[in-house]
Amino acid sequence: MLETIWFMLWGLIWAIYFMLDGFDFGLGTLMPFISENDNDRRVIYNSLGPVWDGNEVWLITAGGVTFAAFPTTYAVMFSTLYTPLLLILFALIIRGVSFEFRGKIDDPTWKKVWDTCLFLGSFLPALLFGVAFANIFQGIPFDKDGIFQGNLFTLLNPYGIAGGVFFVVTFLTHGAIWLCIKSEGRLHDKAAKWASGLWIAWLVTAVAFLAFSYVATPLYKNYFNNPALFVVPLLAVVGLLLTRVFLASQSYWKAWFSSSLAIVAAVLFGVIGLFPNLYPSSIDPALSLTAFNSSSSPLTLKIMLGVALIMVPIVIAYQSFAYHLFKGKVTPAMLASKESY
Amino acid sequence: MDAIFLSRLQFAVATLFHFIFVPLTLGLSILVAIMETRYVRTGNEEYKKMAKFWGHLFLINFAVGVVTGITLEFQFGTNWAGYSKYVGDIFGSILAIEATVAFFLESTFIAIWFFGWDRLSAKAHAACIWLVAIASNLSAYWIIAANAWMQHPVGYEIRNGRAELTDFIAVVTQPYAITNYLHTIVSGFLVAGFFMMGISAYHLIRKNQTQFFTKSFKLAATFSLIFAIAEVGLGDINGKEMARLQPAKTAAAEALWETTKGADFIMFAIPDEKNERNLVEFFRIPKFMSKLVLGDWDAEMRGLKSWPVDERPPVAITYWSFRIMVGIGFLLVALSAFAWWKRNNIESYPGFLKILLYAIPLPYIAAALGWIVTEVGRQPWIVYNVLKTSDAHSPIAVSQVGVSLVAFIVVYSILGFAAIFLIVRHAKKGIEAH
Repeated sequence: MLETIWFMLWGLIWAIYFMLDGFDFGLGTLMPFISENDNDRRVIYNSLGPVWDGNEVWLITAGGVTFAAFPTTYAVMFSTLYTPLLLILFALIIRGVSFEFRGKIDDPTWKKVWDTCLFLGSFLPALLFGVAFANIFQGIPFDKDGIFQGNLFTLLNPYGIAGGVFFVVTFLTHGAIWLCIKSEGRLHDKAAKWASGLWIAWLVTAVAFLAFSYVATPLYKNYFNNPALFVVPLLAVVGLLLTRVFLASQSYWKAWFSSSLAIVAAVLFGVIGLFPNLYPSSIDPALSLTAFNSSSSPLTLKIMLGVALIMVPIVIAYQSFAYHLFKGKVTPAMLASKESY
Repeated sequence: MDAIFLSRLQFAVATLFHFIFVPLTLGLSILVAIMETRYVRTGNEEYKKMAKFWGHLFLINFAVGVVTGITLEFQFGTNWAGYSKYVGDIFGSILAIEATVAFFLESTFIAIWFFGWDRLSAKAHAACIWLVAIASNLSAYWIIAANAWMQHPVGYEIRNGRAELTDFIAVVTQPYAITNYLHTIVSGFLVAGFFMMGISAYHLIRKNQTQFFTKSFKLAATFSLIFAIAEVGLGDINGKEMARLQPAKTAAAEALWETTKGADFIMFAIPDEKNERNLVEFFRIPKFMSKLVLGDWDAEMRGLKSWPVDERPPVAITYWSFRIMVGIGFLLVALSAFAWWKRNNIESYPGFLKILLYAIPLPYIAAALGWIVTEVGRQPWIVYNVLKTSDAHSPIAVSQVGVSLVAFIVVYSILGFAAIFLIVRHAKKGIEAH
């Protein structure tokens, strides 16, 4: 039971991470295509400025929770995905410092360097997280010693790439909606157009990925065995459709909450489909790491559950406060202030 | 070179680089919080300017600390899978608690603090920087508690082929965690104090914005002196704990080969590991080492030869790191004492101000050396007397680690240069930047 609870919490933390850092990634990826001048780019930086760091801590928590609750999975997953994971980490490093460094020197070349870093540092993790999770859904070729039988290109199989594309398009849409919320005037109108266009791409990739998952993975098995679970993917579809409705009515916060719902539900759809596996082996299903054969001791799981039940609501409360405090648009007055990126 | 060696080197590069930025965060957050509190209490705009100027430097430094921290948490999995499987039940949970209890708080409120000057009342805004200061120092506690467990594992049992938690409270409250923690955060306070004194000195030498920088200097001098003295005491306490719990580390740190009753203190030695002796020994104080680390002039100290060769830590690097760290520690007391004594008239001592400017790296070096003593001195164990480093590695190819190690060195070098360049640039500008 404890293992099952932790399995779901594990999935939920990843889902929250993708919902929050997802729009950072999306907007960072979109920036070179949507911005026309330095002012546009500063609006984008400052729209993410107050929240990106707090968002990223969900990744650290997801990593920490994998380590704490499922140490064997943590060990095998992270060592077998060595190269993609380190690529993600380096990408996150250059993204993080871009925020802080870019505005410190008023020089076009300097800014260009960090703009490129923000783009790469947003696009690469979005793509590679998608590739990684898709590969986990279909199974990873690791043997009984936890040795990965392949290389980075093994992961870039058609379904893996489909997962990467799906993540990138999802986050692009989510990020464009965030820019609709935070920008004014021409940039805002442009963001609204992009969001509507991207939504169609999102719909297409979502349908394609779900269909591909049916062919390439055993994800649906748990759902056919227990049809009540279909409510989760249904919520994802509802979120996706509501996003369109609210984009049309220009209710951008509602659209953002809808795309957030779609992302959380989509991640949970995958995680529930995976259960009880956390890290399935494609070489031999008997080697798969599950919530039960890779978990920590009951005492650790209990203590961690206590910590999570107390701390996570507190974290959500003060992060919500931060979002609320900076809910307004990025205005010219804010950009003129010293306390901006 | 084998993959284990490269992974160790990679972890060393990643940690030491990370720990250039962490100590300043620990101390400067408190100093900025003190400035802003004075602003709230007195309404004196100068304190607000101080909080903003030093806060700005804090933020550049903080950003690099944040981004380089993630790679550490993930490296336990990528490079040390054997370790992660064996101790994740205990070590992993402490890291996870660190993220949920402290790191979220720090990351969320630093952003509110930076962007929120006009959105919050002065009191609420000052509360944000206090939350950052508390959270970063709280975060350090969990990390040090996890590390202390590697130095002196408690509250566990070997079950199911791994170390399993039996007593959580014992793990997070063991005295070695507390002494290591205090020793570490105070080293951070010294980094921050000397950083602030050094930059203030730069401007005072040039008679630039003297009122502002005299104020900063006085605060930093007081802060540095208090903690420089405290650090000597804390180092002593921690050293005694080390001798009790990790005698092999102490023997290496003192280059003591033979088990001796009433061991002499030797100020300088050149250890010769191959022949199990010291080539040169200078300046001997009879029986003082036994008194210093065991509290008794005639106490018996275990020498390195009492351990099998494959259970001894590398001696020279441990010995020299320890010696230089302690030397710098005393130097910091002297420097901060003089700075504090002359604080009201410090502009008349341009030569000393120049020394303080060039002293900025000293506490950084001492902090890094302290970690080298801690980590190298624990070898060949990754968890002291429980798991050897050689049994902790991931089944990954040497080429993978080679490539990532080079990537770490390249990316971190660029990052380091960029950060130092920005900090120096902003520091030189002074408050005109605001």
